[in-house]
Amino acid sequence: MSELGHLRADFPILRREINGAPLVYLDSAATTQKPQPVLDAMDEYYANHNANVHRGAHTLAAEATERYEDARSRIASFVDTASAQIAFTRGATAAINVIAYGWGLNHLREGDRIVVSVSEHHANLVPWQMISRYTGAELIYLELDDEFIIDTSNLEAVIDDRVRIVAFGGMSNVTGALGPVDALVDAAHSVGAITVLDGAQLVPHAPVSADDLGVDYMVFSAHKMLGPTGIGALWGKPERLEELEPLEGGGEMINIVERYHSTWAPVPHKFEAGTPPIAEAIGFGAAVDYLGRVGMEAVAAHEREITAYALERLSEVPDLTIYGPKDVTKRGGAVSFSLGDIHPHDLATIVDQDGVAIRAGHHCARPLMQYLQVPATARASFYLYNLREEVDVLVGALMKARKVFGLG
Amino acid sequence: MSQLDELYREVILDHYRNPRRRGTLSGNHLHAEGNNPSCGDEFALDLVVENGVITDAAMQGQGCSISQASGSMMMDAIVGRSVDEVEDLMRKFKVMMTIEDGDDPLDPDRPGSVLGDLEALQGVRKFPVRIKCADLAWATLEDALAQAGR
Repeated sequence: MSELGHLRADFPILRREINGAPLVYLDSAATTQKPQPVLDAMDEYYANHNANVHRGAHTLAAEATERYEDARSRIASFVDTASAQIAFTRGATAAINVIAYGWGLNHLREGDRIVVSVSEHHANLVPWQMISRYTGAELIYLELDDEFIIDTSNLEAVIDDRVRIVAFGGMSNVTGALGPVDALVDAAHSVGAITVLDGAQLVPHAPVSADDLGVDYMVFSAHKMLGPTGIGALWGKPERLEELEPLEGGGEMINIVERYHSTWAPVPHKFEAGTPPIAEAIGFGAAVDYLGRVGMEAVAAHEREITAYALERLSEVPDLTIYGPKDVTKRGGAVSFSLGDIHPHDLATIVDQDGVAIRAGHHCARPLMQYLQVPATARASFYLYNLREEVDVLVGALMKARKVFGLG
Repeated sequence: MSQLDELYREVILDHYRNPRRRGTLSGNHLHAEGNNPSCGDEFALDLVVENGVITDAAMQGQGCSISQASGSMMMDAIVGRSVDEVEDLMRKFKVMMTIEDGDDPLDPDRPGSVLGDLEALQGVRKFPVRIKCADLAWATLEDALAQAGR
């Protein structure tokens, strides 16, 4: 077992008890817990450096700006790219909306096609439905193979020269399946389409080099990688960020404002209208520092081990069905399952009595639920602070649920 | 009784696994649908109201044991009753679901309890996030009766 257990001491919330039992937090795909250095970085900013950024000549304003821009450069280094290629957004959802509106509205028209997969999170579906409605471009779905991975066996039948955008997830928040990035990038680029990678579940869990992925845009979210809520990142190839129109106008995103027209600030600031979430950016920077110190290879290895253990232990529970790849090299640590006729909400309530936090529901992926022909699933998701013992607690709690529902 | 046993009483699991009046109605009837977008629970109700009396009803739905059992028990409780009686029942159910711990006039162990099987849902109050599950069928019923022009 990889040795990351000592990190738990950095996460104050992991000392909590829930319903009289130690918290077993298995909902990191929804949001992750925050280590003390992230909390401290935000406190320190408010206590000592609080001022608005990119305005004013006073010392505090300069300190705040320096810290805000320093966070951007740490996040850029974390995904192996240049600072100018990282724009701060409210989160991954907001970043996808910037791409959908800023690129889609200006480049799509009737007869064009937008391709997504049936396993996308609503964040990477609903904006494209909206853009499809506004532009007349048609929304087309990629289906899954029998390992729950986006099916690439017949890509040329779907991705033809009518396709302008291919948008897909790096890792499913439901099945844990990794997205076939290379195959989709190749297929899209062969017909001149651009690619949008929803990295919300990928960037927190694996080493990612944005420039090497081959995609045109990528988005990710701080709160799913030890950082605060309310901030995320939009990454793009330099020429893609140039041609992307900002979605919001206002202060800070401008160059010159006249009475009837304005010009935009350079990338990435043209995407950051208004006062940004400064403390959150600094917290985001502290989060990638923390992950960088642990090492993303170590994070990924730890998650592979614990996921393999969870798949093995869960398969010992009678009547339990897992929805996702069995092969841990094809997946991350989000494990969806159902147990007999026990509804996932009932499961979540029952295991919560033992302090176990799992997610139940459609996971913001209703088309995928319909594809899997289930109304909902239960999901346990793992991160660097989880332990094998916590998988054992989950399995024990699931056996208790079987008893409550009279399944023996 | 543990909080879990109190939540998942035998009668709730029975209604979950053997829902009453499951199906749809043909002919002239009221129809309403409800769902909880955050969890995906769904409930649909067909209702025949004649001369101020609910004479027939059918339900469809999918979701957790609490939402579906609540709906099934509601079916048992409303068919054959006047709309006035049912509206009174809706009020009592609402009161039951909002009463905090302590003295409880609807305690099933107290003589004169009024809600029958539905009182099994009292355990839900200990699980605040699940109250909306128990409420779903009743909110749908309210919608259906609103169409009756009451």
